[in-house]
Amino acid sequence: MNQRVLLLYGLMGLVLLFVGFFQSWNVAFGIFNLCVISAIMALGVNMQWGYAGLFNVGVMGFTALGGLAAVLISMPPVAAAWQVAGGDLALSVLALGGTVVAVVAARRAIPRPLKMPATFLILLIGYFVIGVFFGPATDKIEAIDPALSGYLGGLGLPVLVAWPVGALVAAGAGWFIGRIALGLRADYLAIATLGISEIIIAIIKYEEWLSRGVKNVTGIPRPVPYEVDLVQQDWFIGFANFFGASDLSEAASLFVKLCYALLFVAVLAVVMWFAERALRSPWGRMMRAIRDNREAAAAMGKDVKKRHLQTFVLGCAVCGLAGAMLTTLDGQLTPTSYIPLRYTFLIWVMVILGGSGNNWGAVLGGFVIWFLWVQAEPLGNWFMQAVTAPFPEGSQFADHLVSGAAYTRYLLMGGILLVVMRFAPRGLIPERSTGRAA
Amino acid sequence: MEILNALALFANFVFVPATAYGAQLALGALGVTLIFGILRFANFSHGEMMSFGAMASILATWGMQEAGVSIAPFPTALLALPIGVAAAIGMALATDRMVFRFYRKQRSNPIVMAIVSVGVMFVLAGIIRLIIGPDDQSFADGERFIINARDSRAALGLDEGIAIKQTQVITLVVALAVMSALFWFLQKTRSGKAMRAYSDDEDLALLSGISPERVVAICWIIAAALAAIAGTLYGLDKTYKPFIFMQILLPIFAATILGGIGQPVGAILGAFIVAYSEVMVTYAFRKVLAYLGPEGWAPEGLVQLLSTDYKFAVSFIILVAVLLIRPTGIIRGKVI
Amino acid sequence: MSFLSATGMTGGYGGLDIITDCTLTVETGEIAVVVGPNGAGKSTAMKAVFGMLNLREGTVTLDGEDITALPPQDRVPKGMAFVPQNRNVFVSLSVEENLEMGGFIRDDDLSDTKDLVFSLFPVLAEKRRQPAGELSGGQRQQVAVGRALMTKPKLLMLDEPTAGVSPIVMDELFDKILEIADTGVAILMVEQNARQALEIADHGFVLVQGRNRFTDTGEALLANEEVRRSFLGG
Repeated sequence: MNQRVLLLYGLMGLVLLFVGFFQSWNVAFGIFNLCVISAIMALGVNMQWGYAGLFNVGVMGFTALGGLAAVLISMPPVAAAWQVAGGDLALSVLALGGTVVAVVAARRAIPRPLKMPATFLILLIGYFVIGVFFGPATDKIEAIDPALSGYLGGLGLPVLVAWPVGALVAAGAGWFIGRIALGLRADYLAIATLGISEIIIAIIKYEEWLSRGVKNVTGIPRPVPYEVDLVQQDWFIGFANFFGASDLSEAASLFVKLCYALLFVAVLAVVMWFAERALRSPWGRMMRAIRDNREAAAAMGKDVKKRHLQTFVLGCAVCGLAGAMLTTLDGQLTPTSYIPLRYTFLIWVMVILGGSGNNWGAVLGGFVIWFLWVQAEPLGNWFMQAVTAPFPEGSQFADHLVSGAAYTRYLLMGGILLVVMRFAPRGLIPERSTGRAA
Repeated sequence: MEILNALALFANFVFVPATAYGAQLALGALGVTLIFGILRFANFSHGEMMSFGAMASILATWGMQEAGVSIAPFPTALLALPIGVAAAIGMALATDRMVFRFYRKQRSNPIVMAIVSVGVMFVLAGIIRLIIGPDDQSFADGERFIINARDSRAALGLDEGIAIKQTQVITLVVALAVMSALFWFLQKTRSGKAMRAYSDDEDLALLSGISPERVVAICWIIAAALAAIAGTLYGLDKTYKPFIFMQILLPIFAATILGGIGQPVGAILGAFIVAYSEVMVTYAFRKVLAYLGPEGWAPEGLVQLLSTDYKFAVSFIILVAVLLIRPTGIIRGKVI
Repeated sequence: MSFLSATGMTGGYGGLDIITDCTLTVETGEIAVVVGPNGAGKSTAMKAVFGMLNLREGTVTLDGEDITALPPQDRVPKGMAFVPQNRNVFVSLSVEENLEMGGFIRDDDLSDTKDLVFSLFPVLAEKRRQPAGELSGGQRQQVAVGRALMTKPKLLMLDEPTAGVSPIVMDELFDKILEIADTGVAILMVEQNARQALEIADHGFVLVQGRNRFTDTGEALLANEEVRRSFLGG
C-alpha cells in the first residue's frame, strides 16, 4: 500500500473522528456504519465496472433483493396466513411446475417454426391457471390482520443467515439478466439492468403478500443486543460506568452501533480480501485484459461472455449482501425508499470518485461519498438560506428555493460524477498500472 | 350489436389512448435512436431532456395564461411549445459543449458516454426540481373533449361510446407533422443525407468533407426538439410529473432496440408496438368479453394479464424477447 | 516540383515509425503506383499523404502549396480525394446519394459531375436508386471511385482499388483509371497486383519496410531484373 492510500484513509478517519469529538460519537458511528455498507456496495460495482467495464444501472434492484431476503429469512412466519392460503399456494407452485414441464416438453417435441408460438401459448395458459389459485391465495393472505401482518412472513431464522442468502438471490437475478444481455452491445446490459431493477422494486412495492408492500416490514430481528435490554443488564451498567458514560441510554445506543460496526467491518474485510485476491490472480489479469482489449482477448481464445457473466454475477452478489446488511441495520424494509439516485447512482459516484478498478479506491469512495451525502442536506439547506437571505420575509421565490434544497443532492452528485469523469477519470486512488505502454 | 359494443369499448380504453401514448413514445424514441446513430451511445439523459422541455413549455404556458394570451379552444401549451423546444435545444447544445464533446474528441468508449449521460440525467433532474419543484403540474386548458362519451353513444347508437380527448388528437397531429418533417429532412435535404452518411460511416463522411461538429449539432437540435415536443404532449395528455421521466426511459429504450437502433422508422414501429402491448396487457378485458360472450354471462376475474403497477414490465419483457430472439431489432440496426 | 510531392515522410502509430524517409510524387495526368511486399507501409504512406497520420518529419506539397499541417477534411477542398481500401461507400445510402455525399463540399450544381461519373460507370446509372450495400464488390469499387470524383479532384488517391475483385473486373477498373488520368487528374494508387498496375503506371515506387527501394517509370521497373525477381514473382 502506498503513501497516497494511507494519507487519504487517514484523512477520512480524521474527519470521522472530528464528527465524533465535535458532534457526537453516536452520529460518527451512525455515519461510519453506513459508510462501510456503501463501501461494500462500491466493491460490488467495482467488480463489474472496474474489473470488466460492465455498466450496471440496476444496483438498486440487487440491493433491494438483499433487503427482501432479510425479511423472508428473519421475520417469524405468519401461521394464520399459511393456514388459510397454504393449499392454494401449493397448488400455485404445482401449476407453475406443470407449466415449466409443459414448456420444456413442448420445446422438445414441437418442430422449429411452431416452437415460439407454442411456448408462448403454454406460458399464457399456465399464467392464467396459476392465477386461478394464486389470486385467491394472495387475497386471503392480505386479509389477515392487514394493519399488522397481511403477509406470509419469513422463516424465522437468524438474520445473519439472510446476508449470504441475499447475496445468492441477487446473484441469481444477475445471472438471469447477464445471460440475456451480455455478449451484445455494451449498452444493452445497462438498459436491461435498468429494467430489471424497476421490476424488482415494483414487486416489492406491490406484492403485499410477500413483502407487505408500502406498508413496510418493521421490527426485523437484530443480530446485536437491543438498547432497552442493555440498560437493564448489570454488566453493561458497569461497563458504561467504567468508561465514565454520563447518559446510560446514549451509551447503549453507541454500544449497539459499535457491535454493528464490528460485524460490518468483518464482512468488509472478507469481501475486500476476496476482491483483492481475485484481482491479483490470473483470473483478474485476464479480466482486465478483456476489458482493455476485448478483440485481442477474444482472438486469444478467451470466452469473453462467460468471464463477463462471472464478474457480473459476483458483483451483483456483493450488492445483494450489502442490501441485506443495510436492511438489517435499518431494522425495516421500506420499498418506497428505493430510489435510483440513492441506490444506483450514488454507488456509481463512489466507484468513479474512488478510482475505477481499484478496490481500495472503491472503499474510500464509499466512505467519502456517503459522508458527503449525509452532509449534503444540511449544506444544501444552509446554501439555500444564504442565497435567499437577501429576499424579504415570506417571499414566494425564496420559499420555493428553500423547499427545493433537498434536490441540490441531484445536482451535487451529478456534478461530482461529471467533474471526476472529466478531470480525474482515474479517481482518488488510481488503478495500479498493469504495465501497459504509455 | 354486442360485437360493436365490444369494439367501441376496446377502442375507447385501448386503441385511442395507446395510439396517443405510442405517438409520444415514438417522438422520444426517435431522439434516442438518432443519438445512437450519430453519437453512438445510449443517452440516459433523454428522459430528463423531455422533462426539461416540458417544464419550459409549462412555464411559458403559465406566463401566457397570466398575460391573457389564449388560443381557445386549443390549449395554450401549443403556443408555448416553441419556447419549450428552444429551451431544450439550448440545453442540449450546452450539455454537448460542456460534457459530451470532450469524450467525442477523445473517441471514448460508448459505455463511458452512457455513464456520463447518467450524470447529465441527474444534473438535469436536479435543475428541473429546483425550478418547478417535484410535484405534479397540470397545465392543460382549452376544450377537453373533441367527442365525449355521451355524444358518441348517441351518434353510434351503442351502449358504449368512444371519447376522444383533444390532447390525444393534438398529440397525433403534431407527432405526424413532426415525423413527416423529420423524414423529409433525412431523405431529401443535403444536411439530412449528410447525417445518414455520418451515421453509416464516420470516417468516410470525414473524407467527403462532412463536418462532424455540424452533424452532431444538428443531431442534438433534432433530438432535443423531439424530446421537448414528446414531453410537452405527454404532460398535456396526462399530467406533468417530474419523476415519471426516469421511468419512461425503459419503454423508450425498449422501442429503440425493438426497432433497430439508429433506425428512425424502426423507432416509430417499436414505439407503437410497445405502447399497444403495454395498454393491452394491463387492460381488464372483463367487460369486452362480457359483450362477446353469451347473454348475461361475464368472466369471473378482471381478465387482466398484468396489473397496471407492472406496466413497465411489459417494456422489459419486450426488451428481453428482442435481445434473445433478434438483438438487431426489426429493421437491422447497428449491433457492435 | 511535381504536382504532388511528399518528401522525406517519417511517422507511424504510437511512437513506432512505420514509414521512414519515404517519398512519393505524381504529375498531373499521370498514374503513379506504389507497390511492395505485405507490411511495407504502402497504405500507411497513402494515409500520410492524405494527412491521416501524424508525420514526425517530411513535407507534403500540392501544386506548390505546403499542406503538411492540414487535417484530411481540409485537404479535400484543395483538390485531393481518397478512396480507402475498406468501407469506402455509405452502405445504407443509394448510389446517387453516395455521389451527392462525395460532392458535399461543393455548393454548385452537381448534375454535370454526376453525369460524368455515370458515363464512366454506366452500371451505376442503372442502379442509382439502389443502396450501395447491395451492390457487388466491383460495383462498390466503382461507387467508391465515383464518390471520390465528385469533388472534381486534381489528385485521386486509391488504396488497393482492385482488392477482392475478379481479374476481368480488375482489367475493367484499370481501364477506367486510365480514362480518368486522361482527363488531367493525377492518380496515386497502392496495388497488390503489382505487375498489372505497373503496366498502366507512368511512375512506380517500390517500398520495402517503409523506405523507398526503387523509383522509376513503370516500364523500367517491369524491366528491372531485381524488381521482377523480388517483387513481381519472376
